[in-house]
Amino acid sequence: MKYLTEFRNGEIAQRMAREIATVATKPWKIMEVCGGQTHSIIKNGIDQMLPAGIEMIHGPGCPVCVTPLELIDKALAIAAQPGVIFCSFGDMLRVPGTDADLFQVKAAGGDVRVVYSPLDAVDLAAKNPDKQVVFFGVGFETTAPANAMSVHIARRRGLKNFSLLVSHVLVPPAIAAILESPGNKVQAFLLAGHVNSVMGYWEYPPVAEKYKIPLVVTGFEPLDLLDGIRRAVLQLEAGKHEVENAYERIVTYDGNQPAQKLLAEVFEVTDRAWRGIGVIPRSGWRLSKTYREFDAEERFQITGIHTVESALCRAGDVLRGAIKPAECAAFGKECTPRHPLGATMVSSEGACAAYYNYGRFLSADELATAGSGLTHA
Amino acid sequence: MPEIAKDEALAAVADGVTEATPDFANWSCPLPLVGYPTIVMGHGGGGKLGSELVEHLFLPAFRNPQLENLGDAAVLDLPSGRVAMSTDSFVVQPLFFPGGSIGELAVNGTVNDLAVSGATPRFLSASFILEEGFPLAKLAAIVEAMGVAARAAGVQIVTGDTKVVERGHGDGCYINTAGVGVLREGLSVGPHRAQAGDAILVSGTIGDHGMAIMSVREGLEFESQIRSDCAALNGMIAAVLDAAGADVHAMRDPTRGGLASTLNEIAQSSAVGIAIDERRMPVRTEVQSACELLGLDPVYVANEGKAVFFVAPNAADQVLATLKAHPLGREAAIIGQVTAEHKGMVVARTQMGANRVIAMQIGEQLPRIC
Repeated sequence: MKYLTEFRNGEIAQRMAREIATVATKPWKIMEVCGGQTHSIIKNGIDQMLPAGIEMIHGPGCPVCVTPLELIDKALAIAAQPGVIFCSFGDMLRVPGTDADLFQVKAAGGDVRVVYSPLDAVDLAAKNPDKQVVFFGVGFETTAPANAMSVHIARRRGLKNFSLLVSHVLVPPAIAAILESPGNKVQAFLLAGHVNSVMGYWEYPPVAEKYKIPLVVTGFEPLDLLDGIRRAVLQLEAGKHEVENAYERIVTYDGNQPAQKLLAEVFEVTDRAWRGIGVIPRSGWRLSKTYREFDAEERFQITGIHTVESALCRAGDVLRGAIKPAECAAFGKECTPRHPLGATMVSSEGACAAYYNYGRFLSADELATAGSGLTHA
Repeated sequence: MPEIAKDEALAAVADGVTEATPDFANWSCPLPLVGYPTIVMGHGGGGKLGSELVEHLFLPAFRNPQLENLGDAAVLDLPSGRVAMSTDSFVVQPLFFPGGSIGELAVNGTVNDLAVSGATPRFLSASFILEEGFPLAKLAAIVEAMGVAARAAGVQIVTGDTKVVERGHGDGCYINTAGVGVLREGLSVGPHRAQAGDAILVSGTIGDHGMAIMSVREGLEFESQIRSDCAALNGMIAAVLDAAGADVHAMRDPTRGGLASTLNEIAQSSAVGIAIDERRMPVRTEVQSACELLGLDPVYVANEGKAVFFVAPNAADQVLATLKAHPLGREAAIIGQVTAEHKGMVVARTQMGANRVIAMQIGEQLPRIC
């Protein structure tokens, strides 16, 4: 698959954008759930290609952004302990806790390491039997199978020095929470294709039915996104509310069954606090009883955490799609990627950081003239 | 740096030399360390072991008359006129990577800083901070690579120093190089001289060095054919300046922070806007693919053998042809132009034909989660 070229063809993209403009007779507000989609939309400028009435609202699907402050403070406390090797995906290192971030803990002598897979952390635990190795397992259903596999393998290998600081969150309850929130503006969703690659989309027809809302399983390349948007608009215009798969090359209805079986064994559903949004009932996973001994929160009994969120930060409103990042008074002033007040300014998938990094604080005129002088290749 | 009177400096040194200070001139390590396969503290002690390093390792690799004098300072003959000076420290991990080592980097990095300033690089210094226990065989390979790189770049390493730190206080080998070069006449090159209308050229594919390093970083290893582009650019830059010297307004080697940082720096220094076209940016497919996997953007990834040129529009084609004729510039491209609009900002036309701002990055580019 030549995804670097085939799904990024500028001419086809322009044609698809024109088709969307043709079929859209009314303004529509569509939310892309996943932070990876937000990143791709902003990076490629897809929002600029859409007709004026089609507005993309950026959803809460950045795992770094919705991880609760309390858990980040716990991570900082665990990582600072002697004898601990604290492993994390790179993005989490810069997320501000109440007083510090993981980079600062590392600078102060904490053994904090970036890994690309939780299985690397399991190997670290096997190689360092005198250390406690903790993996910071955050994310949606996409990252959950690898995290589940890590404790599964740790258990099978009898590793007593590996644990998971886990905060998994789930897409369907988040969609329900957004649709039930007062003043909701979202009229259709692009579902997070990679979540569906694991989970399939059998969970979603009841959601579409209950809330009378179109749900389109969508990929991440520019043409994938435009196709997802096109299908959502077509449904909206036709008054339909179905679950549709615009990412067939990756996603099946049933999803990855062995992964789902492992997830059901390792995790159980729990209430979860979402940073900036609050507690959503039955919206996450924690380790099941069988695997509870690998829960870093049980192993490290961190107490006395008092979290303080920035009073200026409106990340919650951004995550719910109530405001655009630039509508926050602190955006680009007190809050920048260099000094983030909230997590949405940290991760490149966070809506605020994506807006800041790709210049979405500029006026439309400024952006329109920005590329002047260049001929189209 | 403020100049300190020589007498004052000497007095300060003398003050430190009290009865407690050993007699370094006649000092030698009390243990028979000669022949050890690794660096020991004695190698930095100023005694016999240190001299042996110089004699058997550094001198044969760097051989030149100035160094062979083994004086406290190299004495150099430079033509009258303006001289450029630059320094850089190298702490890359791993020390050896596909396409090079810290040795080539240390030479080429300083050579390139001089070259993009419009100078002809002539002489380098080389200082080593070595960690106790560092294998001599590795040091030899690094030093040899430096000698080869220096000869290839036409510069001489004329002075140096070695210090050893205790095990655990360093990361094997750090190198600092400083260099002097002679400025070419008739140039007005500088980061503040880019002008609206200038064409922007890059001498080849971007992101190769950073991704080569990423591919062998502990914990991130992935199989790839990506090699560092580490190279001395002075020959290529001289060819460009010979062909169109007066029309070259700014040059820079986009190392840490990648092309994005370089373009932003020039946009700010020159108070101009920069518009580039992503579709014209040369990026190797394997680099693009690795970036996609790791959630990186090649425009922020480091290069060690590329230069960016800002040239008057009428000279753009000539500079492009000159670059393409040079072995290091075969994949050169015109990637954009300088504009009077959006001053201080870099804006890219995306593959989709929309616009996005390319901002200065904050710290290291972090891999995304998913």
